[in-house]
Amino acid sequence: MSNQTNGYKSGSNLEKLLRAGHFVVTAEIGPPQSADPEVIRRKARLLKGVVDAANITDNQTAIVRMSSIASAVLALQEGVEPIVQMTCRDRNRLAMQSDLLGAYALGARNLLCLTGDHQSFGNHPTAKNVHDLDSIQFIRMVRDMRDEGRFQCGDEIKGVRPAFFIGAAENPFADPFDFRPYRLAKKIAAGVDFIQTQIILDIPRFREFMKRVVDMGLHEKVYILAGIGPLKSAGAARYMRDKVPGMRVREEYVERMEAAVAGIPKEDKKARKEAWEREGIRIAIEQIQEIREIPGVAGVHIMAIEWEEAVRPIVEGAGLLPRPVVE
Amino acid sequence: MIVGEQKPLEEILSLLGNARRVLVAGCGTCVTVCFAGGEKEAAILASALRMKSQLEGRPMEVDEVTVQRQCEWEYIDPLAERLKDYNVVLSLACGIGVQAMNERFPDVITLPGLNTTFLGLPEEHGVWVERCQACGDCILGVTFGICPIARCSKQLLNGPCGGSQNGVCEVNPDIPCAWQLIWERAIKFGQVERLLEVQPPKNWSRSRDGGPRKIVREDLRLPESE
Repeated sequence: MSNQTNGYKSGSNLEKLLRAGHFVVTAEIGPPQSADPEVIRRKARLLKGVVDAANITDNQTAIVRMSSIASAVLALQEGVEPIVQMTCRDRNRLAMQSDLLGAYALGARNLLCLTGDHQSFGNHPTAKNVHDLDSIQFIRMVRDMRDEGRFQCGDEIKGVRPAFFIGAAENPFADPFDFRPYRLAKKIAAGVDFIQTQIILDIPRFREFMKRVVDMGLHEKVYILAGIGPLKSAGAARYMRDKVPGMRVREEYVERMEAAVAGIPKEDKKARKEAWEREGIRIAIEQIQEIREIPGVAGVHIMAIEWEEAVRPIVEGAGLLPRPVVE
Repeated sequence: MIVGEQKPLEEILSLLGNARRVLVAGCGTCVTVCFAGGEKEAAILASALRMKSQLEGRPMEVDEVTVQRQCEWEYIDPLAERLKDYNVVLSLACGIGVQAMNERFPDVITLPGLNTTFLGLPEEHGVWVERCQACGDCILGVTFGICPIARCSKQLLNGPCGGSQNGVCEVNPDIPCAWQLIWERAIKFGQVERLLEVQPPKNWSRSRDGGPRKIVREDLRLPESE
């Protein structure tokens, strides 16, 4: 049985806006390390009307948090369209498909298919990881469930198919750099609809990546949302530069964040924090304006980790409010 | 080869408990080559156990023996008589040898003195690295001779994750990124296009996930074996 999607793959707000040619804005909601629904509700309220959809992370950095699907339902109740993130780290193909049926039944329409951070980074480093599928096989499985009405094993889905708008991540800054555009092409071949990139703190490198993507014609087959990660302090910039695998941070950002607190005494923590946040938001706005002009970019994905308050001023400052509406 | 590493002495003593007569059994094959459980290591460990138990005021009688291969009946069968004198065998073989001993000699308990670590090779003197996971469905033919099942921390089959940087894995800078190596080999042989095909989900039923595995070769079975 095919679903009523009026020609859309999923009918999600995100898909409709991208299809209509709008420059989309997504952000991120990190679920709590507790069973408190109010955390999600509060974060969702900060994003409502500011973004077109919000990612709900799945045990990000391998730390146990409230389920992304349960959190997505809470976000939906607050009027924010969720993008359910799911990793290959914690589930085998049975659990993945079962959760996809459940997530769709509960109203989720966007899905982000991820490999997942290695468990050694999280709070259960002695856990067994799964990786039954990799992210590309995962994308293909979700596409086949939607378009062919088949489970991964080939059995027919008798009844409502989970028709997700399928997303994936891509890291233009990881190595081998020359493989990255091809890996994107593989994700497209597997059936991905949209891509959210890793946080961009090296625009020239991103520009080079996008040039290759456009030369290969990939931007016409997938919507690419550029990752924006507002910096919260000079320390955060240095941490990303030195400690986060697969990140590239240009020195100018570290210097700007350091300069932002020049002249403010170390003891005045409040003034320093405010100065950093102002500068972090300013950089993010400038980045959006610059990245928006790069051919092949269809939107931005703002990852203000545990700083959802920053999203509105960034989106507003970039001139992207109010958000468009498509019927 | 199978690579192993001796358990800490404290753990071995705890496993031995109140055993009075212990036979340390070395193995002359893989674990000898990796200096973990051969004749020499068996002698050293037996001596350490004697001294330690003496110091702790509960002396153990510890002897040692080394057989060529603890994983084959024909090599362990000659131990049958000798084992009658012991409460416990402390095997320095891999997990296969420990189980072979328990299976063949059910009246005496054989304990492991090693952790069987992986299937690998000595990269240089004193350094061993994992190379195979015995997944039962070898893909080295499509990955240019480098195994992402054994060598990629996430066992990815379609290319590197976003955590590969400067040729190393996000998990640990001591781990070369398997997909970086595969990519370099593909370039070397001018066959990058072979990595662009989407590899389907792996059939893990041929791996451990399908349950303990067994191979029966009718052409090799002897008439008298049932």
